[in-house]
Amino acid sequence: MYVATKGGERAIGAAHAWLAEERRGDTSLPEIEVAQVEQQLGLAVDRVMAEGSCHDRGLAALAVKQARGDLIEAAFLLRAYRTTLPRFGASAPLDTGAMHIRRRISATYKDLPGGQVLGPTFDYTHRLLDFRLAAAGMTPETAPEAEPDGTATPRVTELLAQEGLMQREAPSEVEPGDLTREPLSFPADRPVRLQALARGDEGFLLGLGYSTQRGYGNAHPFVGEIRVGDVAVCLTPPELGFEIEIGDIGVTECQMVNQFHGSRTEPPQFTRGYGLVFGHGERKAMAMALVDRALRAEEMGEEATAPAQQAEFVLYHCDNVEATGFVEHLKLPHYVDFQSELENVRAMRASAETAREAAE
Amino acid sequence: MTPPLLSARGLELRFGRIAALDGVDLDIWPGEVVAIVGESGSGKTTLLRVLSGLMPPDAGEVVFDGQDVLGMSEAARRRLMRTDWGFVHQNPRDGLRMGVSAGGNIGERLMAVGARHYGGIRAQASEWLARVEIDPSRIDALPRTFSGGMQQRLQIARTLVTHPRLVFMDEPTGGLDVSVQARLLDLIRALVAELGLAVLLVTHDIAAARLLAHRILVMRHGRVVEQGLTDRVLDDPQHPYTQLLVASVLAA
Amino acid sequence: MTAPESGYNFAYLDESTKRMIRRAILKGVAIPGHQVPFGSREMPLPYGWGTGGIQVTASILGPADVLKVIDQGADDTTNAVSIRAFFRRVAGVATTERTAEATVIQTRHRIPERPLTENQILVYQVPMPEPLFRLEARVAETRRMHALADYGLMHVRLYEDVARHGRIATSYNYPVMVNGRYLMSPSPIPAFDNPKMHRMPALQLFGAGREKRIYAVPPWTEVRSLDFDDHPFRPIRAPQSCALCGSQESYLDEVLTDDRGGRIFVCSDTDWCAERQAAREAAE
Repeated sequence: MYVATKGGERAIGAAHAWLAEERRGDTSLPEIEVAQVEQQLGLAVDRVMAEGSCHDRGLAALAVKQARGDLIEAAFLLRAYRTTLPRFGASAPLDTGAMHIRRRISATYKDLPGGQVLGPTFDYTHRLLDFRLAAAGMTPETAPEAEPDGTATPRVTELLAQEGLMQREAPSEVEPGDLTREPLSFPADRPVRLQALARGDEGFLLGLGYSTQRGYGNAHPFVGEIRVGDVAVCLTPPELGFEIEIGDIGVTECQMVNQFHGSRTEPPQFTRGYGLVFGHGERKAMAMALVDRALRAEEMGEEATAPAQQAEFVLYHCDNVEATGFVEHLKLPHYVDFQSELENVRAMRASAETAREAAE
Repeated sequence: MTPPLLSARGLELRFGRIAALDGVDLDIWPGEVVAIVGESGSGKTTLLRVLSGLMPPDAGEVVFDGQDVLGMSEAARRRLMRTDWGFVHQNPRDGLRMGVSAGGNIGERLMAVGARHYGGIRAQASEWLARVEIDPSRIDALPRTFSGGMQQRLQIARTLVTHPRLVFMDEPTGGLDVSVQARLLDLIRALVAELGLAVLLVTHDIAAARLLAHRILVMRHGRVVEQGLTDRVLDDPQHPYTQLLVASVLAA
Repeated sequence: MTAPESGYNFAYLDESTKRMIRRAILKGVAIPGHQVPFGSREMPLPYGWGTGGIQVTASILGPADVLKVIDQGADDTTNAVSIRAFFRRVAGVATTERTAEATVIQTRHRIPERPLTENQILVYQVPMPEPLFRLEARVAETRRMHALADYGLMHVRLYEDVARHGRIATSYNYPVMVNGRYLMSPSPIPAFDNPKMHRMPALQLFGAGREKRIYAVPPWTEVRSLDFDDHPFRPIRAPQSCALCGSQESYLDEVLTDDRGGRIFVCSDTDWCAERQAAREAAE
């Protein structure tokens, strides 16, 4: 006699235990510490902070460890934690002009105030597997340090704007929307779009940004500037009534300079694509800046035909926690629906068969 | 005398420095076919879009059967569009659902006004295919398997199936071969007479206007420079621009 | 009853979030079938696993409620087990597998066979709340279509089904018209279950977490499956009877028993089936 499969609860418990075992791996090897992840897999931690939209290196490192290195899973863990946190206020806009810079490059000027600062970058490394890293215990030589020259590092886009060549962003006193509190609706304004992109999946944005360079969208981008470093977060607590600095966070900012041919009312000038992400994430910041500019097509009176220019398409699909959920939910049982399809297809085949026999 | 079905007064619309509509007045009575002729850029397509509520003018008013077209809600305008009005686009792809069968294309308007009997919808679709000279056995075929002329006839069937009172036609024979054009014009003329439709026809083709229209409006630079009964305007044009238009036809 | 997890509010969500969700629910009840956007939260379960249903359940649950969770009609499917355990953990409410005993039933893909009462609430997990999404992907455009009750496209789709297949080929997630006004997705329940929605005494709530929409069908509301007069809606089930309880009315799952075409059919609603088996044993 047939007995239906039971024991869901026991199976789940056993699966979790097995997962924990797999996570730990070979117990004859030392367990990886969260602090090691945070220090030595820093870029993974940065990506998880960006896509998890929570700036906390320790928690992000814990999430990476718990997720066994699955960075989307880690971002999901961080988000689910973040959403339970109380909100005690909104900070003032970050002043990236006053960033404590670790890296700053411009592709549009050979030299400029503040100079080009290469910083810790893979850019000019030769991608040869370094077998010295396979042997633990090597401490790198101390990197040479230059004396800070004390000059300010103004943003490239600001230098252009002073000449009237860069379109200024319209300042707004309106509080930006909060995607984690209010659902997306269309038309989505730029603060909301940027918010979605900043949380968006690096791979998805990379592909979209790349497509704008290959003719899917009308992009003529230059990297005006990429800067990486720490910026102060300032807040005005209502009980104090004046602004205080509550700490520093690491961010990467990319400002892309794009051509704009002008319109009936505006002379030709450059326009901006903007990217900002938590931590050190140049690829994501650059892709974000490309996509941000592409999404401004309508506002610029440009034809919007490419995928990267379709706000609904981009914003509804860039969130990897949402995307992974819906793609992966296909593995949940669907046998009730499948059964109805089975009966449906059987019935249609039967009537097709009857019709064929009648015709013969 | 019966009031006009559609009446427009003082329509103004500017694109920057260009006047697309410059003080246009227009009336169309039930059962009347009015052609708006002029070169491309004369404002005739803009006029059609404004009259059908697709584009708001800077000034002026449009009244259909006592209703203010420009002031009506989107819902009311869409209702008009699927009941009393029809729109035949120059490119049949703009007026058809290319992924839906010929029968489904014709049936859509019937279903939109409440038809819920599949057999009845199908019978009407068959009948209309025959009326526009498409073999009813093609009822389940997709429009993309049709020739350009057939697609245009299908679009006309889809539009007329609910017996609208006013049909807007934007260059309905544009983009078709001359021989196909003639056949289509004959078909439109027969259907319009049979159904007693009012038609507002935009065309740069003077021959089409002569064949179909009772009355002609000649547009240039957003103004109506001459209007009157078709024979009068074409045989005895008063305005120099009309004379040029007519002459170019004669030369052709 | 296990004690609720410490450190979290009752039923996990904070009270202001629950109030926000309850406002969306009330709006949904006031406009039957209309999709109300809401500030869906990121839940500790993945999108697609029922985050919308979980948020709705969390917002309406009280300490005295008795919760039943089913997936594919069954209480013992892994996801149903997991969601039930979640609420036991964060709300400490009583749970049951008996349809008759539950005050709140969260479901994925089925409506229980036993008719529900006015004292019960049925919460559906919804993956895609938009019934028109396969015909029109742009959300802004589908919202406009709902606002204008412009549903010609959906009827064209049904026409095409009949023209091509001789029948309406939709077998689940079969679109319904609610209260004669809004076209609504019933969530991916089999079309077999659609008639149960019509004038159901229980309140029906629908939560789509990833898509951030809530909608509702108040008790006793008219819910019609779209069809043609001459091709009426037909609920489909496998024409067999349940191998366990013998039911010829319930919706059946097909179970493959070997790789030579062997198969049996059993009730998808495990509680319904168990009750019938118990009744039969008692009679013997």
